[in-house]
Amino acid sequence: METFIQLVVDGLSQGSIYAALALAIVLVNQATGLINFAQGGLAVLSAYIAYVFVQLGLPTILGILIAVVISFFIGALVERFLIRRFERGDPDTAVVVTIGLLTLVTGISALFWGYNNRQFPSLFPLGTIDLFGAVVSIRSIGTTLTIVAIMVVLQLLFLRTKLGLALRAVADNPSSAAFSGLPVGRLLMIGWGLAAGLGAVAGSLVAPSLTLTPGMMDFALVYALAAVILGGLSSPIGAVVAAWSIGILENLAAVYVPLIGHDLKIAVPFILIFVILIVRPQGLFGRKVVVRV
Amino acid sequence: MTLLELTDVTASYGPVQVLSGVTLSVPEGGAVGILGANGAGKTTTLRAISGTVRTGGRITFGGRDIRGLRADRVAALGIAHVPEGRGTLAQLNVRENLRVGAYLRKDRKAIGTDIDYCLDLFPQLKERIGSRAAALSGGEQQMLAVARAFMAKPKLLLLDEASLGLAPSTAKAVYEAIGRLRRESGIAMLVVEQNANLAFTLVDTATILETGRSVLTGPSDELKGMDEIRRAYLGG
Repeated sequence: METFIQLVVDGLSQGSIYAALALAIVLVNQATGLINFAQGGLAVLSAYIAYVFVQLGLPTILGILIAVVISFFIGALVERFLIRRFERGDPDTAVVVTIGLLTLVTGISALFWGYNNRQFPSLFPLGTIDLFGAVVSIRSIGTTLTIVAIMVVLQLLFLRTKLGLALRAVADNPSSAAFSGLPVGRLLMIGWGLAAGLGAVAGSLVAPSLTLTPGMMDFALVYALAAVILGGLSSPIGAVVAAWSIGILENLAAVYVPLIGHDLKIAVPFILIFVILIVRPQGLFGRKVVVRV
Repeated sequence: MTLLELTDVTASYGPVQVLSGVTLSVPEGGAVGILGANGAGKTTTLRAISGTVRTGGRITFGGRDIRGLRADRVAALGIAHVPEGRGTLAQLNVRENLRVGAYLRKDRKAIGTDIDYCLDLFPQLKERIGSRAAALSGGEQQMLAVARAFMAKPKLLLLDEASLGLAPSTAKAVYEAIGRLRRESGIAMLVVEQNANLAFTLVDTATILETGRSVLTGPSDELKGMDEIRRAYLGG
């Protein structure tokens, strides 16, 4: 039983890493209608920016906050000067552009900071506590709680605020939204900016455990994409629940299903994706997109 | 008082010129129809006004030159465009669509009152208030599109083919509700409509377009049954 609880707790903390990135992907999708593959790369760049300020002697929390603000502007500028050119065309083209952007941003991180692993300070103290016989690090509790807080804020933003409503309207149908006086371009910039700011939080949260390298998020990105497909692209809660489920299932399968074991546990989220796409293509929590003419 | 005035307006999609000289005006509180055959430039005329096509000539609204303004700026001046094909926000529910319509307004209390008014005007929407626009029937979507435009409290409503794809009885109901909206709100309307009989239930005057050019303007009563109308629609 103790093993089981330990596996679940470890899975949750692993899942929170995927969840952080998944939330940023959901945010861009809700605000612009796109899937942004560069989200992970941008999050790493943001973590490096926070790292620079921490190296200058600022407290970690302040370094992260500065990185969030700078990342907001980076995100907004990327939308304005790069993605804007592809928004009116085929959405697939824009998605391919974000894949190119991922390579570019990862390269920029490597150019300035190299490929060596760097130690990123954690916001939360080291140490562990005992929870129902399982050993839990305070760090992963802090990360998990931060993710929950961000998820709640995002859900409220989209469903309870005028800005959230406007972002969703623009993502849904930009030209029709303009007829109601919505400044489409500015809202798209804000959407990308918010997602990049959220990415900065995500990057800084996971950097202490993954250690900071340009490719830090590549692995997490794959799981985060799996999470948004499972949870539904339109639902912050769905993305987080799915990311946690992936983390937990992966750990449990590795130990309890001998056929899978530790070598094959990476396959678990993808088997889940197949099943979900066949059974419920809109994701567990997402809404079905119905188009009627 | 003239609210909207188009003088020799031209418009083109890339190299293809669609309008070659449209002249018409809408008085404050008036309702004007644009009639003409397929491809005559009716929809493009509305798009020229709302800033969604490259345009030449002169377009003034309340005495102000609005040609070439971006669509959201035109909307902010008080022109609400209900585009062909309705253009509802498919993944947002009915109430959210209406609130998007009121995006530029600051009077929060009155917005609630106006949502209630829309639901009174289109009772079918009341039952679907929490449904996403994509799940509505064609008629309900058209009602939602009109209601959303009204939520902006515009001075002028641009209405494009509100009867398109609807059963005759539904189209009639939609036009009756728009007529009531006009009487009760005094919003001026510029109405593009294939079905001339429906259009004449709403408009005071109409302009007939032929191949991108306005050829005739007159009061509805005189235009009804005139040969030009038949020619414009039947191409003969």
